[in-house]
Parts: sequence; structure tokens; C-alpha cells
Amino acid sequence: MSVQDQVIQIIADQALLDVSDVTMQSTLDDLGIDSMGVVESIFAIEETFDIQVPFNANEPTASDFDISSVAAIVAAVEKLVAQKG
Amino acid sequence: MQRVAITGAGTVNALGANVPETLQAFQDGRCGIGPLSFRDVDRLSIKIGGQVVGYDEAAHFNRQQISLYDRFTQFTLLAAREAVAQSGLAFTGDLAVQSGAILGTAAGGMNTWDDNYKDVYEGGKNRVHPFVVPKLMNNAAASHVSMEHNLKGPTFTVSTACASSNHAMGLAFQMIRSGASKAMLTGGSEAMLTFGGIKAWEGLRVMSKDACRPFSANRNGMVQGEGAGVFVFEDWDHAKARGADILAEVVGFAMSSDASDIVMPSKQGAARAIAGALNDAGMDASEIGYINAHGTGTAANDKTECAAVADVFGSHADQLMISSTKSMHGHLIGGTGAVELLACIMALRDGIVAPTIGYEEEDAECALDVVPNVARSANISAALSNAFAFGGLNAVLALRAA
Repeated sequence: MSVQDQVIQIIADQALLDVSDVTMQSTLDDLGIDSMGVVESIFAIEETFDIQVPFNANEPTASDFDISSVAAIVAAVEKLVAQKG
Repeated sequence: MQRVAITGAGTVNALGANVPETLQAFQDGRCGIGPLSFRDVDRLSIKIGGQVVGYDEAAHFNRQQISLYDRFTQFTLLAAREAVAQSGLAFTGDLAVQSGAILGTAAGGMNTWDDNYKDVYEGGKNRVHPFVVPKLMNNAAASHVSMEHNLKGPTFTVSTACASSNHAMGLAFQMIRSGASKAMLTGGSEAMLTFGGIKAWEGLRVMSKDACRPFSANRNGMVQGEGAGVFVFEDWDHAKARGADILAEVVGFAMSSDASDIVMPSKQGAARAIAGALNDAGMDASEIGYINAHGTGTAANDKTECAAVADVFGSHADQLMISSTKSMHGHLIGGTGAVELLACIMALRDGIVAPTIGYEEEDAECALDVVPNVARSANISAALSNAFAFGGLNAVLALRAA
């Protein structure tokens, strides 16, 4: 499974949606994922890819980890996975 | 001062998944204590407890809720649902603002602590689930109860070890009596049956390896239980006006501190709480027909408790019945007074006194009518429920038949 597919699976699980309902353009807000859901999704991403995601819930826009859309999250995770390799 | 009615009751414990099952077990003198089942139990020397068996969290809560609810919170929510359903109350408008929740627990989310410590220390993991803190905090259960039932008034958690739920219920009683609240969800919960929880208790060497036999000369210690008990306490006039079925009346409460020892109980401290509850209720000692004892099955508690009862009641101590249902459901620590209040309600409402099971040998230092082994029919008009905690903190409630 690609990074993109895995991230979409995690987000879909969190939003209690089918993966087909999660598009690259979707925002977490669109999907009904609240701040607790964001933190839980990031935990799942860290566990899945064995990476450290730089994210502070107090300043969600201040970190390098862009969560403005599913596409942005996928790109950020791909970058972190590549850095790990 | 307002009178205080109990209009709903709920529980989950080793004897049953609700109040009717629990009362039936009390009447049958059934023991809910058995072999413990959880990870690493083979490394414990104490292997028995009053565990809630056959429990499936997924049958009651969705995945998102389970990620937020420790076992002690789950038990609390289930007990609260039963109590609120029985009361028939819906918390909306002014009633929601005038209602709250005061709940007891000693250890809060012990399972969450235990699982995550295991992961980071033993498992070497460097990351824990983001909800560990909101899941383990002692007030999690009270907060989730307030969210589920829309209780917008005073809501908090009391933690006084084995007296937690009696202190909680006593405070809820006082808030309604004073007119500060119309209705309160109150009681307590505990889910300490984990490797770490039992290992800690083993250290004190007060636990029995085979059974809880309160007041019996051959007793050899306490047995832990788990679960929750939650009640709806309601302003009497409010309950009457809506035609609610009143299970019993709460009429008095007193608390005291031994101010002497962190684990050894004091006869004087216990006696002051018992006498204080009678005084608060404006009740003569001779009115009490039943006492639900703290009755842990330890030598220190049982002798001290019986001596305190003898001191307060004088010759009437030989007329009343005193039993410990911990022999059946184990010691629920911060939730124990709540489950035990059910035995008081059963005595007052149904005229059936729960027995002290496992009673095998008379003890001259516990020479009271402890209702050995078999439940008894009796006409009881007033009852007490004792709780005497580690730390010397005592809390006693007085009830009357409705």
C-alpha cells in the first residue's frame, strides 16, 4: 500500500467514512475530524510509519506539518518517510 | 432544609450487570469472587477478585468512546444510564442547570496507567495514545456522566480511598438538602483489577488468597472487586410532584478523620462518624435496624468496626443486624459504598437483609448479628452504611424507608 493509500485509510478510519469518501482535496474539517481527531490521526500516522510528526495542537499552523488538506498531509508524510529512509 | 429522595439506582459489579441481578445475588447469598483473569496474573500471589466477567465494552460503546473511556468510566456510565432511566428524569432547561454529578473513585483510570506504563517501560515504546490523560484522570467518569446526561451544575470527583463513594454521596445529599441542587447523580466506581493494581495491594499483605470472610474468626484478609454504583438523589418535593417512585430517603451523613494512622483504623473515629450520622438525621440509635458494614474481612477493620458499633449503640447493638456484602462482590475501594448502598435500599424497600457470606467461625470480638450466610426477612425502617478508609477518613450515611 502506498503512503497515500495508508494515510487515506487512517483518515477514513478516524472520520468513520469509507476510503472512497476521502478525496485528496478534502480538508479535515470537511470530513468532520475535530481537534481531538487530528491528534489521534497524527498518533496513528506516527505508529504506522514509525516517524515523529512535528505538530503542536496549540499552534496547528505553525509547524512544518501541513494539515490543510488530505493532499498536504500525504505530502508531509511522504517527506518524513523519505527523510527517515 | 429540603428532604432527599433516591429515585434511581444503577450498578455493574461482579454480582450482576444491573440492580435487579445484584439484589437477587444478595438474596441468594451468591459469591461473585473468583479467579482473576488479566495479563500477567500468573506473576501475582493474589489470584482472586470480584471481577466483572463476560463484559464486552463494544456492546455498549462505539470505537471513539472506547478510545476515551477507561474501564472505570465505562462502568460508571452504564450504572448512570440505569439510574437515570429508573428515575425517569430528563435533564433539560432549569433542571439541567440545577443538577450535577459527584462521584467517588480511588484510582481512576488504573487500567490506562497500567497499560501505558507497560508499553513505555517494559515495551520500550516512545509514544502513547493521545487520550491517555483524559482517559486516566480521576474526574473522567464524572465529566462523561455530565456530558451524557446534560448535567450542567456542580460536578466533581471525590477521592478518599475506600470511603470515596460515601463521601461523594454524602456531599450530593448535602447539596440537595441545602437547596443548592435539585438532583445529583452520585456514587462511585473502581477498576483496579490489573497487574499493577493487585501487585500494589499485595505489598500491604492484607489480601486473602482464598475468600473474603468478614467477621468470621478464620478470616484472612480482603478481596478486591470492581464495578460501579450510581444513584439519582433528588429533592423530595420535586420527586413527589412528578410522582416518582422513591426508593428510600437519605436522612443523615457524617464524616470524621481519625487523625491517627495512615492505615490502622480507629474505633473513636469510626464511632464519631456513626454517631454523627444519627445526630445529623435527628434519629435515635434504637431506630436503626440494619447497618451495611465496611466489613473488609481484615482483622483490623472488623474488630474496630464492631467495637465502634457497640460503643455507639450500647445494648441496641445486639438488636440490629450488620452485614458485609464485600463477602460477595469484593471490596470495590472507591466504588464500594455505592454498591453497598443497594443492600441498604433492599433492606428498607424489600424487607430483605443481605447476608455476610463465607461466615464460618464466631469471633468474640465481632459478637454482633452479622446475618451469617443466609439473607433474612425483616421489617427495617432505618439503616446506616459505613465506610472507613485508609488514611483514617470515615463517612457514614443514614437512610429511612420511603
